[in-house]
Amino acid sequence: MLEFWLPLFFASAMGLALLIYVILDGYDLGIGLLLPFASEPEKDQMIASIGPFWDANETWIVLGVGILLIAFPKAHGDILTAMYIPVTVMLMGLMMRGIAFDFRAKAVADHKQMWNAIFSGGSLVMASAQGWMLGTYITGLGNSAISNLFSILIAITLPALYILLGAAWLLIKTEGELFSKALGWAKKAILPMGFALLLVSIATPLVSQTIADKWFSFPDGLKLIPIPLLSAAIYAGLLWLLSDQKVLRNGREWLLFAGLIALCVLAALGLAYSILPDIIIGRMTIWESASSTDSLLFTFWGTAVVLPAIIIYTFFVYRIFRGKITTLSYE
Amino acid sequence: MMDFDPFVLARAQFAANISFHILFPSITIGLGWILLFFRMRYTLTKDTHWENAYHFWVKIFALSFAIGVVSGITMSFQFGTNWPGFMERTGNISGPLLGYEVLTAFFLEATFLGVMLFGKNRVSNATHLLACALVAFGTTLSAFWILSLNSWMQTPTGYVIRDGVFFVDSWMAVIFNPSFPYRLAHMLIASMLTAAFLVMGISAWRMKQKVDGPATTKVFKSVAVIAALLAPLQVFVGDLHGLNTMEHQPAKIAAIEGIWHTETHVPFTLFGFPDEETRTTKYAVQIPYAASLVLTHTLDGEIRGLNEFEGEHPPVAIVFWSFRIMVAIGMLMILISWWAVWQLFKLKQKPGPWLLNAASWMTFSGWVAVLAGWYVTEIGRQPWIVQGLLKAEDVVADHSTGVMLGSFTGYMALYIFVLVSYIATLRYLSTKPAASLVAGLKQFTVAGDNNPQQRGA
Ligand code: HDD
Ligand code: HEM
Ligand code: HEM
Repeated sequence: MLEFWLPLFFASAMGLALLIYVILDGYDLGIGLLLPFASEPEKDQMIASIGPFWDANETWIVLGVGILLIAFPKAHGDILTAMYIPVTVMLMGLMMRGIAFDFRAKAVADHKQMWNAIFSGGSLVMASAQGWMLGTYITGLGNSAISNLFSILIAITLPALYILLGAAWLLIKTEGELFSKALGWAKKAILPMGFALLLVSIATPLVSQTIADKWFSFPDGLKLIPIPLLSAAIYAGLLWLLSDQKVLRNGREWLLFAGLIALCVLAALGLAYSILPDIIIGRMTIWESASSTDSLLFTFWGTAVVLPAIIIYTFFVYRIFRGKITTLSYE
Repeated sequence: MMDFDPFVLARAQFAANISFHILFPSITIGLGWILLFFRMRYTLTKDTHWENAYHFWVKIFALSFAIGVVSGITMSFQFGTNWPGFMERTGNISGPLLGYEVLTAFFLEATFLGVMLFGKNRVSNATHLLACALVAFGTTLSAFWILSLNSWMQTPTGYVIRDGVFFVDSWMAVIFNPSFPYRLAHMLIASMLTAAFLVMGISAWRMKQKVDGPATTKVFKSVAVIAALLAPLQVFVGDLHGLNTMEHQPAKIAAIEGIWHTETHVPFTLFGFPDEETRTTKYAVQIPYAASLVLTHTLDGEIRGLNEFEGEHPPVAIVFWSFRIMVAIGMLMILISWWAVWQLFKLKQKPGPWLLNAASWMTFSGWVAVLAGWYVTEIGRQPWIVQGLLKAEDVVADHSTGVMLGSFTGYMALYIFVLVSYIATLRYLSTKPAASLVAGLKQFTVAGDNNPQQRGA
C-alpha cells in the first residue's frame, strides 16, 4: 500500500510546489520583464510591490526540486543532467536577478540603472530558461531537432504568461497612472499568450508519442475534454475583462489574477494527466524512481505537518502586506 | 590547448560554488542574532541609538541574505547537475535531510524576512521582534540540517548498504552522527565570530572616517564582548572537534599535522612544507611532544601517520596549510577582541587608533577562517565523498569538457562580479554619515535609495 501511495503523494506535492512557484515567482518575474517599460518612479513602485515576497516565492522552486531529489533520486539525476545547460543558464539569471534586486536599492545612484537592467535581463533569461526546461521535460528529455524546436517554442512563450501575471499583480497593488499602464500591458500580452498556449497544446502531442496516445485514446481521452473547454472559457472571460475594463477598474482588479491562476491550475492538471504515472515521460515511472518507503515515510510526516504551516504563515504575511503599495521602506 | 578533465572541472565548480555560498550564510547566521539583540535592546531601553544600529545593519543583512539565497539555490541544483550518482546512491539519506531543511528552515526564513525588512510599520513591535527571531532561528535551523548531512558524509552511521544503495537503519544515528555536534557547534560559533568581526571592522572604519554616531560606539562595544567570549570558546570546541576527527578520520588528522610515520612523542609542526613526493615535511619548525599532547592529552600518545593510508589519503599540503591559517586567525581573533574589551571596559577609553586599524583589518577575517576550515574538512575527506564508503570519482556526471569549462567560467565571472559589488556597496554604505549626525537635516535623501528617511547608525 505505502509503496503505491507515497510516490503518488510526493508526485502531487511536487506538482503543487511547482504550480505555486509558477504563479508566485511568475508575477515577480513578470515585474522584472515589465520594468523597462516604466518610468523611474514607477520602477520603484513596481519593485516595492514585490519586495516582501520575492524571496519566499523563489523558495517554492527549491521545494519542487527538493521533492524531486528526496522522493525520486534516480529521476533527479537524469533530469538535471540532461538539462545541464538550461539549468545553468537559469541559475545565472536567477542570481543576477536576485542580487540586482537588493543592490539597486543600496548602491550609488549612478549604478541604479545598471542594476535595473540586470534585474530585467536576469528575469528574461530565467523565464526563457524555465520554458526551455519545461520543453525538454515534456519531450521526455529528447534531444532531436523537433524537440529542441519545441523547447524554443515554450522558451519564447512562458515569458508572455509571466508578463500577464506581473501586470495582473500590479493591478492589485497599484493605483492611478501605473494601474492604467498595467492594464495596457496586460492587454498587449494576452493575445500572444493565448496564441502561445494554443501552439503548445497542438505541438505537445506531436512531439511526444506517449502524450499523444493518452490524449487521443478512446474513451479515456474524453476525461481530458473539460480542461480545454474550461480553459477556453476562462480565456474568453479574461479577454472580455481586459477589453471592457469596467469591472477591473471598479474594485474587482483581482479578477485578472484569479483568472490566470485558474488557467495555470488547468494547465497543471492537463500536464499531470499527460505525464503520470511517469516521472520521465516514456522512460521511468514514479514508482521505479522512488526512494525507499522508509525514507519517504520519514519525509511524509514532516511534510504533512510543515506544509500546511507554511501555507498558513504565507497567508499571514500576504495579509500583513495587503493593499496598495506606496514606496518600499525598511521600516 | 590544455586538456581539462571534466571530473576535475566538476569538482572545481562545486568547490567554487559552495565556497561562494558559505561566505554569506556565515554572515547571516550570526548577524541575524546580533540584529535581534539590537532590536531587543531598543525595545527594552527605548534608546533610539539601538534602533539606528538596527536600521544600518539590517540593510547589510538583507544584501548578504539575498546573495546567500540565490547562491544556495544554485547549490541545490548542483547536486543533480554535477553529482547525480551521489543522489542515486545516498538519496534515501541525503534527500530527507535536505528536504527537512527546505521545509522547516528555508520557508521560515524567507517568508518572515519580508516582515523583518519591510513590515516594521505594519505590525506591532512584538510581531516584528518575533519575525526577527524567526529569521535568525530559521538560518540556524538550516545550518543544523545541512551540517547534519555534511557530518554524515564525514562520519556515516545508521545506514545499511544493499546493492550499492544506502538505506536508513536509524534516523537518530544518521542525524546525530558522531561528528555532528562538534561540527554544528564549531560552525555556529564561526558564524557568530564572522559576523562579530564584520560589524566590529565596519564600525571601526566608520569611526576612522569620522562618520560614526553614538550608536556606532555601542555597537562596537557589544560585538567586542561577543567576540571576546566566543573566540576562546572556539579554540576549545575546535580542539574537541579535532579529537573526534582523530577517532573517525585519522588520515585527515595526519594530513593536518603533516605526520608521515605512525609514532609516539609526536611534535607539533608549526610550519613546514609537506611534500608527497618524498613523503616528508621539509623545513619543519616543531614544538616537541605538542601534537601528542594536544591530540591524546599525553606526552607519549601515538598518532597514526599518512603512510598507513597511502593511496587513500587527502592531498597533504593544502589541508596542512588551511588548518594553520584557520588557527592563526582564531588566535588573532582572541588577541584583538580581548584587547578591545580591555581598552573599552578596563581602561574605560574610547577605542584608540591602533585598535581601530586592527579591527578594520580584521573585517573579513571570519571569511578567511571559515573557508580555510571548510577546506580542511572537505579536502581532508578526499578521495571519499562518503568517508570510507563512496568515492567522488564514482558519482560524477559525465558532461563534456566544453560544457563544464563554459559553465565554470560563467560562474566564476559572476561570482567575482558579485563579490566586488558587495564589498563596494558595504564600503559605500559605511561611508555615509550616521543618522544621528544628519538628524535635523530633514531633506537628507540618500542617493539611490527609495526611502527618503534613510538612516544609518
Ligand atoms: C552552515 C550553514 C550552511 C551551509 C553549510 C550551507 N548553507 Fe545553504 N543556506 C544557509 C546555510 C548554509 C542559510 C543561512 O540558511 C542561507 C544562507 C543565506 C541565507 O540567507 O540563508 C542558505 C540559503 C540556501 C538556499 C536558499 C534558501 C531560500 O530559498 O531561502 C539553498 C537552496 C541552500 N542554501 C542550499 C544549500 C546547499 C545545497 C548546501 C550544501 C551543499 C548549502 N546550502 C550549504
Ligand atoms: C559550506 C562550506 C563548504 C565548503 C567551503 C566546501 C568546500 C568543498 C571543497 C573545496 C570540495 C572539493 C574537495 C576536492 O575536490 O578536493 C568539496 C567537496 C564536496 N563537498 Fe563540500 N564544502 C562545504 C560544505 C558542504 C556541504 C554542507 C555539503 C553537503 C551536504 C558538501 C558536499 C560536498 C560534496 C558532495 C563534495 C564532493 C565533491 C568532491 O569530492 O570534489 N559540502 N567541498
Ligand atoms: C584556533 C582554534 C581552532 C581549532 C583548534 C580548530 C579546529 C578545527 C578542526 C580540527 C577542523 C576540522 C574538523 C574536521 O573536518 O574533522 C575545523 C574545521 C572548521 N573550522 Fe576550525 N578550529 C579553530 C578555529 C576556527 C575559527 C576561528 C573559525 C572561524 C571563524 C573556524 C572555522 C571552521 C570551519 C567553518 C570548519 C569547517 C566545518 C567543520 O568541520 O566544523 N575554526 N576546525
